[in-house]
Amino acid sequence: MPLAKERAVTYIFSQVLQMRELISANNLHKSFAGLHAVKGVTLQVNAGEVVGFLGPNGAGKTTTMRMLTGFLDPSEGSVLLDGFSLADDPLAAQKTFGYLPEGAPAYPEMTVRDYLQFIARARGIARREIAGKIDEVAGRVHLRGVLDQVIETLSKGFKRRVGIAQAIIHDPPILIMDEPTDGLDPNQKHEVRELIRAMGSTKAIVLSTHILEEVEAVCTRAVVIASGRVVFDGTPEEFELIAPASVTRNRMDYVFRQLTATAAEVTL
Amino acid sequence: MSPWQVIFRREFRAYFATPLAAVFLVVFLFMSGVFSFSMGGLFERGQADLRSFFQFVPWLFLFLAPALSMRLWAEERRLGTIEVLTTLPIPLWHAVAGKFLAAWFFSLVALALTAPIWITVSWLGDPDQGVIVAGYIGSAMVAGIFLAIGGFVSALTKNQVIAFVVTIVACFLVLLSGFPLVLNFFRDWMSPGAVEAIASVSVLTHFNSLMRGVVELRDVVYFASGICALMVATTFVVDWRKSA
Repeated sequence: MPLAKERAVTYIFSQVLQMRELISANNLHKSFAGLHAVKGVTLQVNAGEVVGFLGPNGAGKTTTMRMLTGFLDPSEGSVLLDGFSLADDPLAAQKTFGYLPEGAPAYPEMTVRDYLQFIARARGIARREIAGKIDEVAGRVHLRGVLDQVIETLSKGFKRRVGIAQAIIHDPPILIMDEPTDGLDPNQKHEVRELIRAMGSTKAIVLSTHILEEVEAVCTRAVVIASGRVVFDGTPEEFELIAPASVTRNRMDYVFRQLTATAAEVTL
Repeated sequence: MSPWQVIFRREFRAYFATPLAAVFLVVFLFMSGVFSFSMGGLFERGQADLRSFFQFVPWLFLFLAPALSMRLWAEERRLGTIEVLTTLPIPLWHAVAGKFLAAWFFSLVALALTAPIWITVSWLGDPDQGVIVAGYIGSAMVAGIFLAIGGFVSALTKNQVIAFVVTIVACFLVLLSGFPLVLNFFRDWMSPGAVEAIASVSVLTHFNSLMRGVVELRDVVYFASGICALMVATTFVVDWRKSA
């Protein structure tokens, strides 16, 4: 009997954990000198969800992600990260996530190890834990062989993995990644997807991509944004079901075109 | 380590990752030697002091400090690393201060390497060591104010060459506002009070009194408040234009 009770508690606890709302963006707007790039994006992401952020180029994906991380201040709306307001308590909010910006920028003159050390220190990881964390993260994204190489001498795939390593070194509950698999070869793409899937069970992950199969492969939820608005929010299966049965090939592409084309017409 | 120290360390090491550090130090030491011995007549003057060295320090830093400061923010913006840096959980002013202090500390290293001139003079004669210390303090202050101006300009652009050129012009104006030539020009049509005000923002006026060995509170306050004001301004500019 006590065992069953314990199990029940564990179960409920895990469910609560699953339901923990880690990202809560409300009615985000962003205007740049005359251009209304994001027009009211609302997004809630719980722990255990991997959200694939889709949309044509210039739809506002990067701008939205930049607002989620505080790199850009929204013109309107608010962001809560694990309960911390990005506007009122930016440091506490920024501790909750790891961020891979577009193009995976890193300091080219540093070695991978120095760069990860810098990020770990800046994130306040205790000195004695840093070497262990670097080793662990280098193992996860397969960087061990290049730890002492200068970043600018690395291939595009390695640079991308340095960006991912930098984002996950402190094991954050939230992960925001702008095109994590861009520029990787099929094997590397597979590895990164496996990594994301493995982390997805406990974290709230938002990733943007152009590859629709990627959404099917790693995401539990697809959010399509077009012309600065959310035009679809649901599971990848629901996304595919929008296509009529008559469409038999490239169903996701078909749905993507339908959704984003209508949105573009509305704006015109 | 507090956040500014983390930034400081990275920035300071970044100077040595490229030939910039070596080029800077060689040029600085070579030029300070040429200036003090050939143009300043360190030996010919027959006086045991470092005036012939110190009087050229502001002019050396006019061209060399912008070379140190131009990359501070412009490079972050060009590389896109500013997006990583500004989304780390560290206060922005820590990043501004850490970067400035790294550049400043580097220029202090350059100044420290001119010690052989000091040693030579001390060996040959009996200079007033207090005046020399005041001269070094003044030199460090000039480097500080130029680097603070340079950091501010660097935050405005992603082009390092533009940052370099604009910083030279800005530093030149701040330096020159105490020059007799400029002051005489203003003296013709401005009240003595206004001329005094223009002279008082001049780096040269404050540097000269330090170089003479007079460490006055108002000179130190001038440099310290100038540097602090520029750091606050830099923080605002970075925050305001970080994605531009």
